Amino acid sequence: MSRIVGIDLGTTNSLVAYVDEKTGLPRVIPDRDGRALLPSVVAFTPDGVLVGEPAKRQLVRRPETTVYSVKRLMGRGYEDVKDELCYLPFKVHPCEGIVKIEIGDREVTPPEVSAIVLRSLKERAEAWFGEPVEKAVVTVPAYFNDSQRQATKDAGRIAGLDIVRIVNEPTAASLAYGLHRLRDGVVAVYDLGGGTFDISILRVKDGVFEVLATNGNTHLGGDDFDRAIVLWLLDDVREQHGVYLGRDNEAMQELRLAAEAAKIRLSGEERTTLTIPFDAFTYHRDIARADVERLIDRLVESTLAPCRMALADAGLAPSDVGEVVLVGGSTRVPLVRRRVQEVFGRTPHSQLNPDEVVALGAAVQAHILAGGITNLLLLDVTPLSLGIETLGGIVSVLIPRNTTIPASAREMFTTSVDGQTVVDLHVVQGERELARDCRSLARFELRGVDPMPAGLPKIEVTFLIDANGILQVAARELRTGKTAAIEVKPTYGLSDADVARMVEESFAYAEADVEARLLIEARNEADTVLTHVARALRQGGGLVTAEERERIDAALAELRRARATDARDLIHEKTTALNRATEHLAEVMMDAALKGALGSKRAAEIIESQ
Amino acid sequence: MSHFEVFGLPRRLAVDTAELQRKFYALSRRWHPDFHQAAPADAQARALEESARLNAAYRALRDPIARVEYLVRLEEGRETREGADEKPKAPPELLAEMFEIQEALEEAKAGGLDDAGRRGLGADRDRLLARLRAGEARLTGPLGAAWDASDAAARPQALAALKQALATRAYLRTVIDDLNEALGEQADGHVTHRRH
Repeated sequence: MSRIVGIDLGTTNSLVAYVDEKTGLPRVIPDRDGRALLPSVVAFTPDGVLVGEPAKRQLVRRPETTVYSVKRLMGRGYEDVKDELCYLPFKVHPCEGIVKIEIGDREVTPPEVSAIVLRSLKERAEAWFGEPVEKAVVTVPAYFNDSQRQATKDAGRIAGLDIVRIVNEPTAASLAYGLHRLRDGVVAVYDLGGGTFDISILRVKDGVFEVLATNGNTHLGGDDFDRAIVLWLLDDVREQHGVYLGRDNEAMQELRLAAEAAKIRLSGEERTTLTIPFDAFTYHRDIARADVERLIDRLVESTLAPCRMALADAGLAPSDVGEVVLVGGSTRVPLVRRRVQEVFGRTPHSQLNPDEVVALGAAVQAHILAGGITNLLLLDVTPLSLGIETLGGIVSVLIPRNTTIPASAREMFTTSVDGQTVVDLHVVQGERELARDCRSLARFELRGVDPMPAGLPKIEVTFLIDANGILQVAARELRTGKTAAIEVKPTYGLSDADVARMVEESFAYAEADVEARLLIEARNEADTVLTHVARALRQGGGLVTAEERERIDAALAELRRARATDARDLIHEKTTALNRATEHLAEVMMDAALKGALGSKRAAEIIESQ
Repeated sequence: MSHFEVFGLPRRLAVDTAELQRKFYALSRRWHPDFHQAAPADAQARALEESARLNAAYRALRDPIARVEYLVRLEEGRETREGADEKPKAPPELLAEMFEIQEALEEAKAGGLDDAGRRGLGADRDRLLARLRAGEARLTGPLGAAWDASDAAARPQALAALKQALATRAYLRTVIDDLNEALGEQADGHVTHRRH
């Protein structure tokens, strides 16, 4: 069997991993620069598409065409996401059930954006192995519904990657831990990532990982922490400087990135300082860990009810849980750890890097599928009840939530009118009684029923949730034994024809090649420095001598000329020169800003005193 | 193939759940799609089907109450799907008491709850919950044992007793859920997916 890699397609970062044949251990594949994490950011620039770190560096300057956190839009309808669109700098439109992102004069769907990230990881793996990689196990949040899983599979197809299995992230994490670190017993996996939250309760016994129950929220994660901090900072900026930055896309990105960075620092430190140079002023703010904890407390609290529900569904008490595993970057936040510990009464495990553990687990699952591991078996569940709409809009549950997958259910249907040849079915997912309160998955049309008096045809429909948690439907007319044709209209998804077209178009969005990428990056870096210097001159131009000002202006002009060429090295050289020419200006400005903020001490003294 | 047959078990309610789990894991190792990834398409389809059948069988048998529900359906040859419950039916000896509780519930819905009313409903709920548990113990205990021990002649009677106990249980659960809802509490009498 050909090689299968494991991919964690995350909201914030994505990774690819494999199991090393020699050691039998999973390991993450780094990029050329040794980085394991690929930021899940895609920038559509006039010169080509950028993925990962270079795309992330574009966020502030090209917020409208740089797409991040696209996982939150996967398999979603406009109604599902419209409330949070105001926080995203790129434009999102409703389009035939799904949403599309407007990039200049074209539109892309969330699966197409994810496909660009997947292709970048595929290429990373191919460079590592020196051979083509065509198959992957890809992880999704356990609480992802059918549409969201389907969208992930579509992304794989568009990227030219055969997703041989979709695995739930917390379950994958337990596999990574399970190799050496878990004792037999009940394990709770608490997975709080950038945009999603999952809790899974498993029983581990003799190499079998049996998921007993799962719960979660596919719209809750570190992004929401950042958002809470940003809203607070917006108020503070208005108070300090009398400016409301909420409608300034670039400033909002600056704030978001600064908030994220501060949040990360505060997981290790009690206090931190945030400094953001804006056009008209430089914003300073001291933040204590307690401030952030106050802001995110409600969000962290909202992860606890799903924990209790999962335990109840598993028929277990917190004291039955032997071990607790933390997954996802957001579990580095001390408040999250404290709350998890309170709920389960156990010190959680976190020996494995919470950013990498899901990808490592995906690699283990890939190795199982490839036949490389035969003693481990994962038995997962479907997170949401599957049902059909019956008379009066009531849901009749066919497969209850937390049923071990693969799972199937058979149901008989008939006609209600004489001579009727088509029967409609509406399949939904969710826990509510009324179909309209559940997630509409698809409408099925059973065609070619032989015309008979009403009630006479007996059509047996089989609903099967496969090991990926994805629904398959088959129908048979029992009287004639013939297979009925089913036309599926997914409520929130792409048709096969859409996907086929996107596979063709995907080459238009191919990541720029190495040379082009380096040039784009050089131009980018130049643009960033040009913007900063222009801003610095506006704010602090008067703080330096005319002679120095002239030198800076000259360097500025040279870089502008270099940027217009394709000469990457020249752009680099002139960028460095401009940086050097403005070093003194930056220092003078820092002193002035600190004088404003802290009294009359010089920057150097403050740095020395620390 | 019945769920009992999947595990090579006789149609009896006494099941060694530890042994059932062991068999479930062993059969999962045989049929789970993970281990048939490289197989031809028809073999993969077979594994998928067997695996789904196995999971359904385990779900129906691992829980002693679900096991009784399944047995009753099986004996009656009903084509209902997994998880379909027995129709709730009030036990005759409880009718008067139930009537009072329903009245109190209606009042609570119409006019809200004062402390005394809340205490009253809470006490009702606790009493019914105790009765529910006692009924479950009877189902999984003497009634189940009576079924297992019955010969062909005694079977219809043993089955009827199981059915009646299930109907009472379903009824009690509905009332307990209503009481919990009126009290604004979590449905702690909810045992649908409970594992043992």
